[in-house]
Formats: sequence, structure tokens, C-alpha cells
Amino acid sequence: MNATMFSSLAPILILSLTSIVLMIQASVKRDQSVAWVITAVGFALTLWGASYARDFTQPVTILLQVDHWSLFFTSLITLASLVILVLSRDTFSPEGERKEEYYLLLVLSVLGAVVLIQSSHMVSLLLGMELMGVALYAMIAFPERGQLPLEGAIKYLVLSACASAMLLYGFALIYAATGELSYAGIGAKAAAAFAVNPMLIMAGSAMVLAGIGFKLSLAPFHMWTPDVYQGAPTPVTGFLATVSKGAVFIALSRFYMDGALYQYSGLNTALVVLAVASMLVGNWLALRQENIKRLLAYSSIAHFGYLLVVLIALAHLDAGLISQSITFYLTAYTVTTLTAFAVVSTVAGEDPAKQDISAFEGLFWHRPLEASALTVAMLSLAGIPLTAGFMAKFFVITVGIQSDLWGLLAVLVVGSAVGIYYYLRVIFAMSKSIEGDGQSANHLEKLLVLALLASILVLGSWPQPFIVYVGGL
Amino acid sequence: MVMVNLIVILLIGGLLAILSERISDTMPRKVAMAVVLADLLYLLICLSGMPEITQLQAPVANDPSTWLMHFKADWIPAFGISIELALDGISLLMVLLTLVLGAIAISASWTDIVVRKGFFEANLLWSLAGVLGVFMALDLMLFFLFWEVMLIPMYFMIAIWGHENRGYAAMKFFIFTQASGLLMLISILALVAVNHSGTGIWTFSYFDLLNTEMAERTAHWIMLGFFIAFVVKLPGFPFHTWLPDAHTQAPTAGSVILAGILLKTGAYGLIRFAVPLFPEAALNFSYPAMLLGAAGVVYGAVLAFGQTDFKRLIAYSSVSHMGFVLLGIYAWNELALQGAVMQMVAHGFSTAALFMIAGSLQERLHTRDMREMSGLWQQMPRMGAVAMFFVVASLGLPGLGNFVAEFLVLLGLFQINVWITVVAATGLITGAAYSLLLMQRSFQGEVNKKWANYGLIDFGSREMLTMAVMMIALIVLGIYPQPVLDAAQPVLQSLLELTASPTVDVVEVAQ
Repeated sequence: MNATMFSSLAPILILSLTSIVLMIQASVKRDQSVAWVITAVGFALTLWGASYARDFTQPVTILLQVDHWSLFFTSLITLASLVILVLSRDTFSPEGERKEEYYLLLVLSVLGAVVLIQSSHMVSLLLGMELMGVALYAMIAFPERGQLPLEGAIKYLVLSACASAMLLYGFALIYAATGELSYAGIGAKAAAAFAVNPMLIMAGSAMVLAGIGFKLSLAPFHMWTPDVYQGAPTPVTGFLATVSKGAVFIALSRFYMDGALYQYSGLNTALVVLAVASMLVGNWLALRQENIKRLLAYSSIAHFGYLLVVLIALAHLDAGLISQSITFYLTAYTVTTLTAFAVVSTVAGEDPAKQDISAFEGLFWHRPLEASALTVAMLSLAGIPLTAGFMAKFFVITVGIQSDLWGLLAVLVVGSAVGIYYYLRVIFAMSKSIEGDGQSANHLEKLLVLALLASILVLGSWPQPFIVYVGGL
Repeated sequence: MVMVNLIVILLIGGLLAILSERISDTMPRKVAMAVVLADLLYLLICLSGMPEITQLQAPVANDPSTWLMHFKADWIPAFGISIELALDGISLLMVLLTLVLGAIAISASWTDIVVRKGFFEANLLWSLAGVLGVFMALDLMLFFLFWEVMLIPMYFMIAIWGHENRGYAAMKFFIFTQASGLLMLISILALVAVNHSGTGIWTFSYFDLLNTEMAERTAHWIMLGFFIAFVVKLPGFPFHTWLPDAHTQAPTAGSVILAGILLKTGAYGLIRFAVPLFPEAALNFSYPAMLLGAAGVVYGAVLAFGQTDFKRLIAYSSVSHMGFVLLGIYAWNELALQGAVMQMVAHGFSTAALFMIAGSLQERLHTRDMREMSGLWQQMPRMGAVAMFFVVASLGLPGLGNFVAEFLVLLGLFQINVWITVVAATGLITGAAYSLLLMQRSFQGEVNKKWANYGLIDFGSREMLTMAVMMIALIVLGIYPQPVLDAAQPVLQSLLELTASPTVDVVEVAQ
């Protein structure tokens, strides 16, 4: 390690430092608002660190690869975590004496996500995933009262443990075949190893895929998703849906690209099966949901199905357009999902009865800002033009057409058509003429919702600067 | 810039309508009316300032400089997407129809809408803006954007101010049109990708894509995507099932816009995009398309005959009438195309008027069920006379616009296929049957005791004025259709030349 490597690691170092400061603060004086400010400052510094590290892109040891792409996602998930932080303040203030720990867990989880994004080696992948996951179990179960959070946390814990076990076993098999643990090393030796012992490589990468599939809640590994989404406190659900899934998907794409796994048609077929199942299952099961968090859970399953199409196209196209599409899609998805959860959090709070779609009736007339934001978020998830979600779908379809994935595109059309129904249900409920109480969110949250709403619309109606920027990553 | 302003005026007008609700309850409709009329006036002034308008010059379809107006600005240069708007004779007709019917729709909403008036008028203006965009956009991505976005205000109009089953109708409407829109998006992107692989340039401009070379099979599939999207909107048999629900459940102004204008976007899309972009593939497909058209004519008429709901009957009659448009387009000769364009305009007025009458009846009787109506003429003679006029217009009485349209279509179609013409011509007879049935059941016959002491109010001066506009339009179209034919003729001529010229012969590309 030389000195510039520490500069490359700025985001990771700052996040670690923030967690230490939080621990010290908790031992000196327990105060939620101080912990909140420390976390906010920590995230802001991390953002600065991510832009500072842009001048020092390099591989840091064999474990981490700091490049512009990973730094962009570091900034994105840090911004998302800031949003979550703002939403968390009101959610956790009634939580008795032990609310500072939440912020510590949040910082640790973000740290895990950043490691995951920058990983170039199976060890760092596992390390990041576990750090993020373990902190997340506690965050899901954080509310003291109520059974749903506990149920969600246990489900997530048990299934995540299974997923990690599979992942590890997959690593072991791949290591047995190639003798390598770094992505690039696997990419270099896999072809030769495949010729000798194809089963070992296939089984190993299939198990890795299954493990990651759990974390991304791709069908048929999606069973935990709705319960955990519903049970977790709303900001934590938002975190799980955006930061956690986004980071895992980046890790998967890096593994897939650098490990050159796209050249094996068997694996591509497996991805096709996962994508088709996710698009259909996600959209189909979302139809019958009454709870908006469960609805968003199924919708996210479908969205990662769409996103997989891009990864499958890697076998036919060069990586440039692929990574551009992944970047745009994940950004659009993150912004849109955060908007939806921000509205759910400010309108419904943690009361399960208020999270039903029917509880959103008449929202247009007594809370127009939140209702407009949720409408735009739903339209964006459905992929209607002028929203970020449309441009994201535009990228997916362009990539799909260029690599002749017509079957997948047909499924995408069917899935999206089904999807419109349940997204519209939410909008329809909000437009009903029912008078309600005009209580409003605090100014910070209103500002946040407004900013998120604006970014969905800007990304969708004037995407040129962002496309150029992403193209340069 | 004129075209951009036309759209922007409507968008800003929508915001003004919302804000004006704070001043007074009746303000939004006045603001909306003023905005649409100002928009119309602005267009007319700009047109009169142009020397070419006296005789519409023949535009060359793939040379924008010969069009009446052309505007282009970068939007997403990374993919060659630009804000490209252009106006020729057909688009001009459609834009004028949109603005006139827009004013009529606002008049129809004058007393019909009682809650959240500002938001209603805003949605109305925004959907008009979207439709104008559809008729003027010549960048395929921009076209798609307007195509999809115009549906959102329409969705709200049905979902918030619609009748008893509005949720279902709004949902069905949106899903049908969005799903078919997605097919069109894939077709657009496929077309652009084919063009990209041939020329190495990303472009969504209509003028650049007109001469895209592609294999026959590719052209066929891409064309089919466009075809389905447009036929769903038209609506053609068998994709029409959203229409009766949406039209019946929408508030009157919504029905007027849906039937009068939105359906025309499908026909316009076929004429402008589906055929010229893929001349060979589209014309190879003309036989099935014409069969669908003829089936729509007959099926729509038969179903209309069986309805008891006033609005539903008119809705099915639209399916029948739009079948003529489909027939006219795929006959693809000048007479039939003239008929199709004429039908688009004439049907816009006659159906809009019938929906307004239906709306007025519902406002007064609180029902649309014709079994409960009878002898209404005696209580509301003015409304009865007006209804009679539009019913005979709709069934194709010579001397009114719809007759000219359907006659031209049949005349053109006869040169292409006699048997389909024979089948389609039966639509005129069945049309007379259901139209007269509508009149008989509601306005003629014995007075229903139920309404005898109901204090039914006849049409007032506002309604009569609105109706007079449409009556005059239909009479002029019927007696002196030449201006409309003149406006469309050069465009149709150039499209026919384009699709016949050897330069666009489909080249076999090795796949």
C-alpha cells in the first residue's frame, strides 16, 4: 500500500471513521440528535471523499477496485442513505432510549455496501455483503414493539445465512477449478478450467448466482421479500430496496463482466430463466397486494428482472453500452423507489393499517405534494415517458434489440403491461374524492420529496447531461 | 417556433385554469375557453401571414423544407433524439379539428362538471396539448412521448369525473393503450437500430428514417408493431373493447375529446408512419388490414344495434365508422385516402355532437338508459331537432360530411377489392338502422310519464351555439368539401409517390 491508495479509499475510511465517532459519542453522551448530525456530516464527507478519490482511481490491493464507475455508485448510495437518514429521524424518535445505535448500524451497512461495490475479489465481496447484511438484520428488527419487524428480521436472517452459505460453497467450487479468487484471475483461467472440468465451473457459478439471487430477490429466490419489506420500518425498507439491492447488483455485474462469465451459454440461460421468472412473478403477484410496501416489494422483483436483461445482453454487446444502461437504470430505480418510500414514510408512518392502498384514498386533495410525488414515482416505475423510469426502460429495450433478445423483450412487454394495472391502482385510490385530515409533513421531509420528484422528472425529460456524464465513467 | 408555442400556450393555460379556481368557481372554464380560442386564433394569424397557405404547395414527404412549417432543436443528441415538429396539410387539418373540438369540449363541460373544476379544465387542456404534439411531432421518440403522455390527463378525466364504473373503464383504457404503446416503442427502437446498423447514425427523425433499408421480414415485424399500436387507438376490430367502456364512463367533455380527437391519432399514425415507413410491408399487409376494417364496420354496427345505453350505442357506432377509415387507408389510393381523411374530420364533429346530446340527457335525466326515455322531443324540441340532424349525419345522409367521406372510401376501395367493398357498404344500411333506432327510442314515441313533470329544460343558447358550429361544419363539409380535399390532396399525392417510387424499394439485407 502506498499513500495514494489511502486517497483512493477515502470514502471507506471516512465511513469507518464516522462509525467510530458514533461509538465514542454514544459512550460519552447519549443523544439522538447529535448522532443524527454526526451521521449526516459523515455521509456528506463521504460524498466529498468519493469525488476526491476520482483522481486516484486504481486497484487497491487485490481486494478492491476503485474506478470511476464504483465511485459514482458510492456517491449514489451515499446520497440514498442521506435520504434514508432524513426519513429515519421521525420514525425512530419514539424508540425509547436506544435510538443512536440505529445510526451506527446505518453507517456500518453503508460501509458494507461501498466495499461490495468496489470489490474485485470474492473475499471482499463476501465481506461487504456480510457487513451490510448483519447490520441490516438489526435495522429491520429495530422497533421494540410489534411482531412484524421481528418476523421480517428472522426471515431475512435465516434466508440470508442460507444464501451466504451457497455463495461460499460456490466460491469454493470455483476456487477448486481455477485456483483463483479474484474476478480477473477467474476470468483469465476459467476458460482453461472449463475445458477440463465444466461441471465444477458451472455448479460453482450457479451457486454464486443463487446466493446473489437471494439478495436481489430474483424469482424463484424472492419468497422473503414481501414479508421483510412490510415488516421493516419504512426507511429501512427503502434502504434495503435501493442501497442494498443496488450494491449487490453492481457486485454481480462486476463479477459477471470481469470474470468473463457471460461467455458460458449455460449461465446465460440460467440468467434468462431468472429474468423471465422475476418479470412474470413480480408483476403477477403484485396485482393482488393491498399493502403498498408489499406492492413495492413485488415491483422491485420485476424491476431487477428487467435489469437482468441488460446483463444477459453482455454476451452480445460490448461493455460500454451495458454499463451505461446499468448505471442509468439503477440511478432511475433508486431515485424513484426512494421517492415512493419517502411518501409512504411521511404519509403512512409505521402504522400497518395506514399502509394499505385504500388508506391513500383522497390523498390528492389533502396532501397534493406527496400525492403528486407518489403519482410520478408510480408512473416512473411503470415506465411512462417524461419520467426517469421511461429512459431506464428505453436503455433496456435498446440493449435488448441490439442483441436480438426478442423473447425477453416480449416478456418485458407483457410484464410491463400487467404492471401498469397495479401502479395505476395506487394513483386511482389517491384521486378518489374523499376528504381527509390535512396534517402535513415537516419542512425537511417536504423539501426532500420535492427534490426527489424534481430529479425523477429531470432525469426523464432532460437526460442528455446525465447520459453524457455516465458515458464518460 | 409557432408549433412549440401552440403546445406551450395550452400547457400554461392548464396551470392558469387551476390557479383561477381561487378567484371564482366559474373562472376555470372561462380561462380554458379563452386559452383554446386564443390558441386557435394564434394559429390562424400565423397561417394567414404565410404566403404558401393560399395554395398548399405539394410537400415532398422526405424533405422538411417543403412543408408548411418545420422546427428542429436538439433534445437528447446522445441518441439522435430531437424536438422536431412539422406541419403539412393533413396535420394542419387535424390541428384545426383538435382546437375546434377542444373549444366544444370545454363548452360541454360548462355545467357538467361540478367538483374540482380547475383541475378538470387543466387536464382537458393538457390532453389537447398532447394531441397537438402527436399531430405535429416528426421525431419518432417525441411522437411516442406525446402519444403516451396525452393519455395521463385523459386517464384522470375518466377516473375522477367519470360515471358509475369509472375506475374499471379508466384502467382498461390506460392498459390497452399503454401496452400497445410499448409495442410501438419496441418497433420504433428496432427501426432506429436497423437504421443505425446500416448508416452508423442514431436518429429518430422521420425524414431520416423514411428510406431505411431493411430485410422484408424485419420490415414486416416492425410494421406490425406500429400497426397494432395505431389500430388499438383507432380502434379497429378486435382491439376495440376498451372503447365502449371508456367512452361511456367518461364525462361528456372527455367523450368528446376521446371520440372526436383521440381516435384520429390512430388513423393519423397509420397514414403518417405505419405505411410510409414500411411501404412494401404495409401494402403486403393491406388485405388483412382491410378485412379487419370491414369486420369493424359490420361488427360495430351490429353491436351498436343491440345497445340500450345511449352513450354505448354511439361508442359502438364509432367502431363502425372508424372501420371505414381503416379501409380507406389500406386501400391506399387517392380517393380512398381522401375519404379516410374526410371521415376523420366529419366523424369528429358528428360524434362529438352526439356525445354532447348524450351528456345533456344524462345531466337532465340522470340515466343513459334508452328504455327509460321516450318522446323526449315533445319536452325538448330543440334538442330533438339537433339530435335528428346529427343522427342522420352519422348514418351518412347525402349532403352532409359523413356521406362524402364514406362514399369516397367505398369508391376508392371498389377499385381495389369488390367484395370487401360490398361487405363494408352494408355498414351504411346497418348504420341507418341503429341510428334511427336511437332516435326512435329516445326522442320519438309516447311521452314517458316519468319525465312529464320533471321540468326538463331544453337546449339553451350556449348549447345551441355549440351545436350550430358543428352543424355548419358538417353542412359545409357535405356541400363543399373541396377545401379539405385540397388541403389533404398534395400530401396524399406525395405519400403515394413516396411509397410507389423505386428508391424505397425494399432491399434484401442478409440477416
